[in-house]
Amino acid sequence: MAEITYREALKRALREEMQRDPTVVIWGEDVVAYAGGGAYGVTSGLAKEFPGRVRDTPIAEEAIIGVGIGAAMGGMRPVCEIMTVNFTLVAWDQIVNHAAKQSHMFNGQIKVPMVIRTPNGHGRTAATHSQNFDAWFAHVPGLKVVAPSTPYDAKGLLKTSIRDDDPVVFLEHLQLYGTRGEVPDEEYLIPIGVSDYKRRGKDVTIVTWGRMTMESLKAARILAEEGIEVEIVDLRTLRPLDLSLALESVHKTNRVIVVEEGWRTAGLGAEIAASLQEMAFNDLDAPIARVAGLEVPMPYARNLERATLPFAEDVVAAVHAMMQQQY
Amino acid sequence: MDKENLVALYRQMVLIRVFEDRAAEMYAKAKIAGFLHLYNGQEAVAVGAVSALNPDDDVVVNYRDHGWALARGSSARAVMAELFGRATGTTGGRGGSMHLVDVKNHFWGGYAIVGGHLPLAAGLAAAAQYLKTGRVTLCSMGDGSTNIGTFHAALNWAKLWNLPVIFMVENNQYAMGTHYDVHSAVPMLQKAAGYNMYAEEVDGMDVMAVREAVCRVAERARRGEGPSFLNVVTYRYRGHSMADPDVQRDKAEIARWKERDPITRFARDVLLKRNLVTPKELEDIQKSVEQEVEDAIEFADKSPEPALDTLYDYIYQQPVRNMQIAGSLIRPPTVAKDIPTNGKHA
Ligand SMILES: Cc1ncc(C[n+]2csc(CCOP(=O)(O)OP(=O)(O)O)c2C)c(N)n1
Ligand SMILES: [Mg+2]
Repeated sequence: MAEITYREALKRALREEMQRDPTVVIWGEDVVAYAGGGAYGVTSGLAKEFPGRVRDTPIAEEAIIGVGIGAAMGGMRPVCEIMTVNFTLVAWDQIVNHAAKQSHMFNGQIKVPMVIRTPNGHGRTAATHSQNFDAWFAHVPGLKVVAPSTPYDAKGLLKTSIRDDDPVVFLEHLQLYGTRGEVPDEEYLIPIGVSDYKRRGKDVTIVTWGRMTMESLKAARILAEEGIEVEIVDLRTLRPLDLSLALESVHKTNRVIVVEEGWRTAGLGAEIAASLQEMAFNDLDAPIARVAGLEVPMPYARNLERATLPFAEDVVAAVHAMMQQQY
Repeated sequence: MDKENLVALYRQMVLIRVFEDRAAEMYAKAKIAGFLHLYNGQEAVAVGAVSALNPDDDVVVNYRDHGWALARGSSARAVMAELFGRATGTTGGRGGSMHLVDVKNHFWGGYAIVGGHLPLAAGLAAAAQYLKTGRVTLCSMGDGSTNIGTFHAALNWAKLWNLPVIFMVENNQYAMGTHYDVHSAVPMLQKAAGYNMYAEEVDGMDVMAVREAVCRVAERARRGEGPSFLNVVTYRYRGHSMADPDVQRDKAEIARWKERDPITRFARDVLLKRNLVTPKELEDIQKSVEQEVEDAIEFADKSPEPALDTLYDYIYQQPVRNMQIAGSLIRPPTVAKDIPTNGKHA
């Protein structure tokens, strides 16, 4: 199996689905001309391969999503790229009041098979350009929300998302585009709404997704040297939320830490912790802990940015704290 | 147009008028709740426009949508039942007055976020263009929708991609209580000119004028000449919605517009003048419409409310099992019992 980047895995998924289904198109800002295709290179070269099917759009996120919704209603499967998650705010009405509502409010008469691809993340770009809105999207009934952590998951989930008949918000991550992982040459699909063990262990369960899966894996390697074996559940999909593996794991480890990149208050970690204690209270030997981003608009300075975000060392510290507590 | 079709246009306008008057009555009786935006005065717009379209052209409108649904072929029964919030309504009581829909008639819905449906219309047109279906999309909106970002984004995009879409402003000159001169900096047609879009101004109180204008621009779109813009000048006789006491508009202004009533005018200047009908026939039409609407009210009133166990239906096109983990339907258990196992759910 070849090791490829997360970026390349996404591109392969797009290519395969465009080959398979002529109604799949890619619309977004700078997906064609700029730097060969895509602000982060995901669509590079695809415009040449699929003439007329990859198109640059005006900088009008509300229209990128809205035109995508209309096209999906009209029989296409558009993949709409929003340059970064920060700009989805301009299209929030289209995503929440339109994409998410059509199927239910119109009693199944209208379907919206579209994918909204957009990266979360940071990179010394300060407050307006360094955010994570996982929890916001996951809050909305009618959306499906996917946030893959590895190239393998990114490819399999993007293919499924494109084939799905509901609007899927597909959350990539700026810091993951260059990461590498094994991806088979042959075709495979990963179902939406199915979590995955990224590491097996007996001592503490970490429930996480996206970039924090990678940080948690780093933390696990450090902790393993100390003899602590963490189990990592990668949710992969944030809506619908599959907590079955997390529950199974808690049953074994009796300890849970939820690790998320976004702001802690009203974050997805709060929802996961609340649900797990509802369902597995008797299995818990310690209160469920959370590792999350600090609640500040992201500063530009290197040290302040780093202090704001959770990294492997924060996960290690949380595991230490949990293991040291006596109950 | 032959006699039969002209009489049909008349009947549709009367149907909408009577339907709206009776709906207002039902609202007063608390059979209908929420926001109820009536179409009285604007009947010629929907009826004229729909008569100019092919049955598979796509229609997208705002929340003032009863007239559109009726003109596009939804039954008075289904529309009234929807206003009543019943299982037999156009969306089974999901959407209510502002969100009627009938996709089999290519009526893609009423939309209640001002300007929200304009990009959707451009998208439907983009699909028609890409899939080469030959369809045209008609997108109706209020004058108050021409200042929001989606208006400008959708017009720019439609022109840029040469989409087969008609942006039709039902310019009743008010956005709730705010007059055009208070909400817009430039005359309406100048907004279309900003995107170099073909535009016409149309008398919205004249059903034939609306019909002819929509025919012209739909033909343009079908010939590949792209989007167009119609400023259809009209007036609503009632307040913005049933919640509006309508104190801000001048009574004399309302009376002046009523003198140009689209139904009376069409009967007098076309049907009677050309001897296509007798006054007696017009009376019969009125009676048959009244009966149809009365029947719709009885039907709606007798219809059941939607079953509680349909509440989760169609949040997704296929049922998604584990979305119910956090709080379940009807009697929410504090502890979910039905935890799906990995790989088994949709
Ligand atoms: C984005 C948004 N802002 C405000 C409202 C509240 N609102 C509903 S209708 C309306 C007036 C719209 O007027 P117009 O577009 O002229 O349509 P008309 O009611 O005259 O048909 C307003 C302000 C809304 N539904 N959506
Ligand atoms: Mg108006």
